[in-house]
Amino acid sequence: MLDYETLRIIWWLLIGILLIGFSIMDGQDMGVGTLLPFLGKTDTERRCMINAVAPHWDGNQVWLLTGGGAIFAAWPLMYAAAFSGFYWAMLLVLLTLILRPVGFDFRGKIAATRWRTTWDTCLFLGSAVPPLIFGVAFGNLLQGVPFHFDDTLRPIYTGSFTALLNPFALLCGIVSLSMFIFHGANYLVLRTDGELRQRARSVSRVCGLITAVLFIAVSLWGWFGIDGYRIASDIATDTPSNPLAKHVIIEPGAWLRNLTACPLLWIIPVLGLASTLTGAILGGRGRGGAAILCSSLTMLCLVLLPLVAMFPFVMPSSSQPDASLTLWDCTSSQLTLFIMLIVTIVLLPPVLIYTTWAYKVMSGKITPAYIKAHDKQLY
Amino acid sequence: MITEQLVDLSRLQFALTAMYHYLFVPLTLGLSFLLVIMESCYVISGREIYRQMTRFWGKLFGINFAMGVATGITMEFQFGTNWAYYSHYVGDIFGAPLAIEGLMAFFLESTFIGLFFFGWNRLSRLKHLAATFLMALGSNISALWILIANSWMQYPAGSAFNDVTMRMEMTNFWEVVTSPWAQSTFMHTISAGYMTGAIFVISISAYYLLKGNHTELASRSLRIGSIFGLIVTFFTFHMGDESAYLTAQHQPSKLAAMEAMWETHPAPAPLSLFAIPDEEAQCNHAEIRMPALLGLMGTRSLSETLPGISDIIATNEVRIRNGILAVTLLDQLRQDPGNSSLRARFDAVKSDLGYGLLLNRYTSDISTATPEQIKQAARSTIPRVAPMYWSFRLMIGAGCLCLLAFILGCWYSLRGSIPCRKPVLLFIVLCLPMPWIACEIGWFVTEYGRQPWSIYEVLPVHLSVSSLSVGDLWGSLSGFVGLYTLLLIVEIWLMLRTIGHGPAPEPQTAPAPTPAQA
Repeated sequence: MLDYETLRIIWWLLIGILLIGFSIMDGQDMGVGTLLPFLGKTDTERRCMINAVAPHWDGNQVWLLTGGGAIFAAWPLMYAAAFSGFYWAMLLVLLTLILRPVGFDFRGKIAATRWRTTWDTCLFLGSAVPPLIFGVAFGNLLQGVPFHFDDTLRPIYTGSFTALLNPFALLCGIVSLSMFIFHGANYLVLRTDGELRQRARSVSRVCGLITAVLFIAVSLWGWFGIDGYRIASDIATDTPSNPLAKHVIIEPGAWLRNLTACPLLWIIPVLGLASTLTGAILGGRGRGGAAILCSSLTMLCLVLLPLVAMFPFVMPSSSQPDASLTLWDCTSSQLTLFIMLIVTIVLLPPVLIYTTWAYKVMSGKITPAYIKAHDKQLY
Repeated sequence: MITEQLVDLSRLQFALTAMYHYLFVPLTLGLSFLLVIMESCYVISGREIYRQMTRFWGKLFGINFAMGVATGITMEFQFGTNWAYYSHYVGDIFGAPLAIEGLMAFFLESTFIGLFFFGWNRLSRLKHLAATFLMALGSNISALWILIANSWMQYPAGSAFNDVTMRMEMTNFWEVVTSPWAQSTFMHTISAGYMTGAIFVISISAYYLLKGNHTELASRSLRIGSIFGLIVTFFTFHMGDESAYLTAQHQPSKLAAMEAMWETHPAPAPLSLFAIPDEEAQCNHAEIRMPALLGLMGTRSLSETLPGISDIIATNEVRIRNGILAVTLLDQLRQDPGNSSLRARFDAVKSDLGYGLLLNRYTSDISTATPEQIKQAARSTIPRVAPMYWSFRLMIGAGCLCLLAFILGCWYSLRGSIPCRKPVLLFIVLCLPMPWIACEIGWFVTEYGRQPWSIYEVLPVHLSVSSLSVGDLWGSLSGFVGLYTLLLIVEIWLMLRTIGHGPAPEPQTAPAPTPAQA
């Protein structure tokens, strides 16, 4: 068996990979879903948009479910503290996510305009609200969350839902949403045709630029305006998880310590910015495939940056900094981490293979002519 | 502050969201394999009718599947939102099967359902069939892992308490995965799902036959559904018997409540066929019994006894007293982890720690619990009897009606002309809700019967909840119930509409269908 310390780092990486995988994969259909009521002027255009993601959205969403399951299995304390603390935010995510599967499947079953526009609204909510909230959640994690543990390790959250919606967190939410829209627009540039595609090109250009500008803004704010957390005592990295055995202090600029200590990490924000701008240019010029790769790289960098900045923290506590969760003291046992690692090594590659195959089978432009020809079989 | 009301509302929310979810799951399990069978007939025979069948039932499958996915999303996150202490206390074991379910099953099922619906013109016949099969396989593997997780709550194998991390930790993954409880629950649950799919198909087919519509599709579907249903019903019954045997062996309190067995009978115990259980007086009124049958089924012997409720309460009272010692020693051990004599004393009573925690519901300081509180806690280890007794019998009754429907369906579709054709078909139509009733009630017996535990004999439900307010719970509960009910109404309406419209007409180029054998 691998040693505990290594396993903990691997699991930090794996959870990062799952979150990035979710953003890149589900980001396509969430971006498309957010754009649905605005970009699709006619029902046929909206059907083109929906059917471009129809065979894949469900598989893509599994990245989120698996991410949730992996956090439960690898970081049970984080799963418990974060999800119960962010209760209303999670509820908002769940109640809107629920609208997506039914929206996709039910919309096409009846032709009435009111029926279809109702489901379009549902698809919009289910696609726009979750990325927004996930961004807000990251914004709050960076600032620290008011929670602590009692002596039986019961997580107790002392904040409120409205406190989550502070300006910095909201800005993070908007960055996240605009990044998802950017990604979705690039997907539409690749998979649709005609006027719809022209509009998607403009959206890609505009949203790419907005994402880049907001990303710079939020980074500067995080740099100068947000206090980070630092472990001020020794912390054992290979002993059973106990989040109450360290001393943590709040310190301005602490989130920059990792980047200062390892300048190579600056490549993450720089690459993120560069890929966003390149993606906006390519998307604007109609190079959908290349633009999608760029926005995927944006997703990778922008999700990775906060994780790297906070390392080894995963959920700092603002009310009782010593109770902050780090990847050293919120994990499952060594055995569970090891077994889950083996399981992931065995199971993830086939997933990637058949997902790629499914995309290949369903590839090609979704045009109004295609919709007309397969009217009864499509959404 | 954890109040009774918070616990009750959390339980209610979990029960309702799980039961809503479970309205759709069994049909997905069963219908997906029926689609595989129908499409296999198409691939082998090349006859359009089977393709038409696959598409028509597939359309209904899609409506149901969408609801299954929608209501399923909640389940993945609800442990964290509403059962935070549970998630911390057992996440080391319980989280693993949930994550594996995502990796091994959800990806498979969700990727290939896309190809099932949209790949008809892009894949060869054989490849499309493979996609359908992988989708069905994914659904069933998903059931496997979630039932391994659930079974661990009933029968916590392969794990031990760690006083440093204050939680249960995995000691043997293989024992968790292959626990006998998981095996029998899995088989019982999926075969009940197959029954649900089969009843769905034969009821709607019988409806078409009664109306004289789509007779070709209906009679073929009725035949496939009835034969499949008849076979899987025997599995369901057999594995149900196995599950009951395991319950008798490992969860005597659940069995005693299911059977309204207040006192221990001399072996072999009689089976109660009818009774009006009286919770106050702890006895049954107007009871009709079948001698020796319960003893035979529950112990598979003539000499072993099955403990009655009053004996179980007495045993559990002793365990609670041991548990108080365990809780006290744990407190000391957490102050002084290096003390080996303390550890030895704690290890001796560790297995009763859960029983000590039961007192948390009645007192904030367990070490000074009064005899009255101990009695109360001991009494609480038995779930309420009347709901258990009657729902268990209702489940069996509903299952038997399904069996009858399958027998009649086989008889009708194999013989062609039968006496009382109309009443027989009508009976099959009316059996439509039966598998859902049986499935929902079966889960009720399993989960309500596990009370007051969330992990049997390890963690009381009372401790498992998140530290939320009652207002939070009212808010989320009404949000879920409101949205789910709205969607359910739309879903049923859409189902009925699709059934009313019937299958899409044959493409003009298709070979003329041969007349039905019927």
